[in-house]
Amino acid sequence: MANVISDETIDYVGILAKLELSEEEKERAKKDMEEMLDYIDKLNELDTSGVEPMSHVFPVKNVFREDVVTNGDDRENILANAPSEQDGAFTVPRTFD
Amino acid sequence: MSKQYETVIGLEVHVELATKTKIFCGCSTEFGGEPNTHTCPVCTGMPGSLPVLNKKVLEYAVAVGLATNCQINQYSKFDRKNYFYPDNPQNYQISQLYLPICHDGGVEIETEAGKKVVGIHEIHMEEDAGKLIHDEWSDCTLVDFNRSGVPLIEIVSEPDMRSADEVIAYLEKLKMIIQYLGASDCKLQEGSMRADVNLSVREVGAEKFGTRTEMKNLNSFKAIARAIEGEKERQIDLLEAGKQVVQETRRWDDTKESSYAMRSKEDAQDYRYFPDPDLVPIVVSDEWLEEIRKAQPEFRTEKLARYKEQYEIPDYDAEIITASKKMADIFEATVALCNKPKKVSNWLMVETMRLLKDREMEPEQIRFSPEHFAKLIDLADSGAINSTVAKEVFEKMFDEDIDPDAYVEEHGLKSVNDEGALRSEIEKIVAANPKSVEDYKAGKKKAMGFLVGQTMKAMKGKANPQMVNQILTEILSSL
Repeated sequence: MANVISDETIDYVGILAKLELSEEEKERAKKDMEEMLDYIDKLNELDTSGVEPMSHVFPVKNVFREDVVTNGDDRENILANAPSEQDGAFTVPRTFD
Repeated sequence: MSKQYETVIGLEVHVELATKTKIFCGCSTEFGGEPNTHTCPVCTGMPGSLPVLNKKVLEYAVAVGLATNCQINQYSKFDRKNYFYPDNPQNYQISQLYLPICHDGGVEIETEAGKKVVGIHEIHMEEDAGKLIHDEWSDCTLVDFNRSGVPLIEIVSEPDMRSADEVIAYLEKLKMIIQYLGASDCKLQEGSMRADVNLSVREVGAEKFGTRTEMKNLNSFKAIARAIEGEKERQIDLLEAGKQVVQETRRWDDTKESSYAMRSKEDAQDYRYFPDPDLVPIVVSDEWLEEIRKAQPEFRTEKLARYKEQYEIPDYDAEIITASKKMADIFEATVALCNKPKKVSNWLMVETMRLLKDREMEPEQIRFSPEHFAKLIDLADSGAINSTVAKEVFEKMFDEDIDPDAYVEEHGLKSVNDEGALRSEIEKIVAANPKSVEDYKAGKKKAMGFLVGQTMKAMKGKANPQMVNQILTEILSSL
């Protein structure tokens, strides 16, 4: 295995993904990520100079909607998914900005 | 201060587009609805929902790009910008990083320092976030997603500006172009145009840029000017004291006239951008681009030239009127109705400007209709009302968009043009003021003014002043 994921990297990735990992999970994730990076290295052996990166697998382009209002007030249904609500709004723990 | 410093400024300007619906769903963008009444599974980030691009958003973005001399990426894509914050239900904002719709443009600005071009690095399309309301009484924050998914374009300038004057000239220019296009109303106070200021200082003559800070929460031209002055001084003070400027985001507090750090580069966010698989690439064909180009409206330069030729109004008037799309629209619509360009121009240049300043309003907030404006001009021009009354009626129309014909009728403001009635009133006044008549005869011309004043008072301000002067002179010289 050529790639090594450091403890700092796994902690950093955990913070970005808002995940709290146990030591055991961290070790497992490090191993998985190292294997993935090794596989990417394998792919990188192929010369792709002059090949455009692909972002979509299907040859579909220009899917648009017209600028016409199609949705009405559906607040009741939308808020039915809220773990908690108040005055017609979703509520979350207090944020500071 | 021993050293000479130069300020280097670049702007990120967010503009809310004037579409009826959101960027990726058919929810209304109308302002001020009850919380979450303009929401659906797409703009609240429900799993399995699928965004579809509003065609009008793309057309506005391309139109703004063309009007600011940008290159258009005829192959463009959306990317996901990942971050966790409750105003963003998907945990990513759909934006454009790799292939923004427009790039490498610029606009010309003019300040006391002269003319220059401010480069535009890129313009990209993205979605707005929801609104957080902090409840004072409970320990929670309320989230309203009515704004979530409202279409924005972000215009990123090059670091080409060197003073607050240049920044304001650049913003005014963008605002004018976008308003002419009808792509947004660009109101800073209401947040439909927002500017983040990136600023650094360096010694005059230095080639490298200094460390920059980014300032947010600037919602008026005055706040922007003050924030730039404040931040420039703060950075120079740091350097003069032998300290370093820290790269960070700062929030401007306009009431305290100072800024404070929001976050530094150490905890700067890593957005892990990647192409959004839900949104397919956009291809703008040559034909489509040409169609958008042809549909561009008449901009200020062409309008100015046409005004001078078609309306024969002074250059100065034409410049002031065309500086605002709203003023130009009112001017043209009113002239079309009354066919008196010079009169319309005068009312706009003098009374309208005075009232805008007095009421602290922008031209875009003008409420009166061209129909009412044209009626007022006809009333004043035909002598049906005198100029004092006309100003009074204009002010009423400016504030409440009243119908001048009906208003004048209802309040009995028509000029008295009946010579017989006027003559008998003046005769009474002359008889009642022998002292003034004597003074007048003795060569005191001021006495005439007094008698005119008395007549106007007796006629409740509605007499035709030329007629009063004429009759009074006649009577006095016959005595």
